[in-house]
Amino acid sequence: MKYLGIDPEKIKIGSFDFTCCEGCQLQLANKEDTLVDFLNLLEVVNFREISSYRGEDYDIALIEGAISRQDEVERLKRIREQAKVLVALGTCACFGGVNQIKNKFEIEDVVREVYGDDPVETLPVRKISDVVKVDLEIPGCPVSKEEVEKIVVDLVTGAEINFPKYPVCVECRRKVNTCVFDLGLLCLGPITRAGCGAVCTSGKTACIGCRGPAEEANYEEFRQVLKEHGFTPREARERIDFYGGLPEMVIDES
Amino acid sequence: MKVDMKIDVHHLTRVEGHGNIEIEVKDGKLKKARWAVVETPRFFEAMLRGMSHDLAPMLTARICGICAIGHGLASLRAIERAMEVDVPETAKVLRLLAKHGETLQSHTLHVFFLAAPDFFGVPNVLPLIESHPEIAGLAVRLKKAGNDLCDLTTGRPTHPVSLVPGGLSKAPEKHELKAIRRVLVDRIPDIEATAALFKTLSIPDFVRETEFVALKGEKDYPWIGGDLVSTDGVVKEEDDYRAMTNEYKEDFTTTKFTRLSRESFAVGALARVNNNFKFLEEKSRAAAEELGLTPVNHNPYMNNVAQVIECDHVIRESIKLIDRLLEMDLSDIRAEYRVRAGKGVGAVEVPRGILYHEYELDDQGLVVKANCIIPTTQNNANIHIDLSALVEQGLKEKKTDAEITHLSEMLVRAYDPCISCSVH
Repeated sequence: MKYLGIDPEKIKIGSFDFTCCEGCQLQLANKEDTLVDFLNLLEVVNFREISSYRGEDYDIALIEGAISRQDEVERLKRIREQAKVLVALGTCACFGGVNQIKNKFEIEDVVREVYGDDPVETLPVRKISDVVKVDLEIPGCPVSKEEVEKIVVDLVTGAEINFPKYPVCVECRRKVNTCVFDLGLLCLGPITRAGCGAVCTSGKTACIGCRGPAEEANYEEFRQVLKEHGFTPREARERIDFYGGLPEMVIDES
Repeated sequence: MKVDMKIDVHHLTRVEGHGNIEIEVKDGKLKKARWAVVETPRFFEAMLRGMSHDLAPMLTARICGICAIGHGLASLRAIERAMEVDVPETAKVLRLLAKHGETLQSHTLHVFFLAAPDFFGVPNVLPLIESHPEIAGLAVRLKKAGNDLCDLTTGRPTHPVSLVPGGLSKAPEKHELKAIRRVLVDRIPDIEATAALFKTLSIPDFVRETEFVALKGEKDYPWIGGDLVSTDGVVKEEDDYRAMTNEYKEDFTTTKFTRLSRESFAVGALARVNNNFKFLEEKSRAAAEELGLTPVNHNPYMNNVAQVIECDHVIRESIKLIDRLLEMDLSDIRAEYRVRAGKGVGAVEVPRGILYHEYELDDQGLVVKANCIIPTTQNNANIHIDLSALVEQGLKEKKTDAEITHLSEMLVRAYDPCISCSVH
């Protein structure tokens, strides 16, 4: 791809996964219409999931997943040393994601529940920025492939990267959807950062906050909304805590 | 001649998740051939404790980035059986259509992006875009059709939106179904070309007699629920899945192993074709015969071929399902149900084999206990034992280290292991 009529040197990119489902990396291969053009812009030097070539000379490192074992800490630090730009890709990398639900329980208890008397090594789940410096966070469970493509192109071409400041609620209203609160659902759309295209609420299910907090979120007002609709603190908390991205949204027990 | 060999493939590429192949030969004798899964476990069963049942399918879909719809469906089936929910027929057909979309996208991802580079001697699919644009075209068109079908039926392919207890939260419009039907009809020549392509590839010649486990078809090729069957003649009810899987743990790997009549068994596309060949669409069956795939086939590398055949089958069956849906009332997609305590099992054939979810729910609909048994978990022991046999055969045929490494990597890939899934 030419930028301002100049053919820039191809940016080398590596994609790495840690504790996760690998669904975010897959999104990169999922946008079939533009896949070939997108790949022409980059040189993929390390992407274990789809390629046997393992180069160590990447400029941009995409990190998927959270950190839950000591060997992951070491691996992540090595990647940080090499990468000029380190991107936390997806909700697990940005906030711990569903993995951090484990942290509610005692580690020994969690291991016993799954492995019985044959324990395996595991640590409390941490997000990437708890372990190394992160240059850019792209949340989403999974990430929106359109958004990642746009951001990677912006990174390569040096354009400014902007995320919406407003919540999912705004995007949802623009689509003229029926509010899912009116369907009896507890929706985190009013406090969650937009950019997903309100994909869950457009499917008549509730937002569970995978993209973390909207800058313009009004927590006090949202607490009132939850009360008015008669949701219990337990119901609210289990959704707010689902991805670990909304620590500021505190629910009192009353 | 004395042969020493040490092969250590650390973090095998072009598979989902982290696993190592370790082979050691001393004085021409096999000392060790291991398939060691080193993925970090996530402990989903522990996370599920105390969770509202309607969040369980949302959570467990996130076990896997490829077969999220399959996990959602197994979770829903377990919940709906625990609470005795009667899902409307329209929702059942739409769910099966979503399942077919997932099978198509997952199998094409594996066949073209992960497995095909081995047959062409390239590190990934990218060089094929230049050298074999017609193959890249097939890959992109077939995969997109699968993803589009998932998008239409569940909101998106990864981590579905509209799969909810009782049915679906939203149905597609009939004009959208008609549009995707046209796309699927156009993909038939593509999948036929893929089968023709596989006719020209040389599948490694390796056979080890294996027990294959799948859902048992009654009238149709089975995908969601029903009895369990094995090629060694074992038949069990869905609820009796623990007797079909028999999980145990070995020290060198973070995944569990399973066994049935023998020391290991296999699940997945080849296991399904081996058990349910007669229920394949007529044309898919003919294509399978043309490719030398008839039951019971004991060559694990033929799993790639079985995946192509299943793609052929799901495209043809999806067209029929859409024709049924076009005659149905698409507003009747969700059953009301009463929350109650209960236990339920959901068995679903996902791309890599049978997936089981089991939940115990309390009278508030909260999960008391959960168990999920993943297809790759069931295949890991079989891969491990296949590896030993493959190396033994390679030594007899005087193969080099490089040849044995290549065949071993291809063997593991042929199973399309989803390692992150198996260590959930």
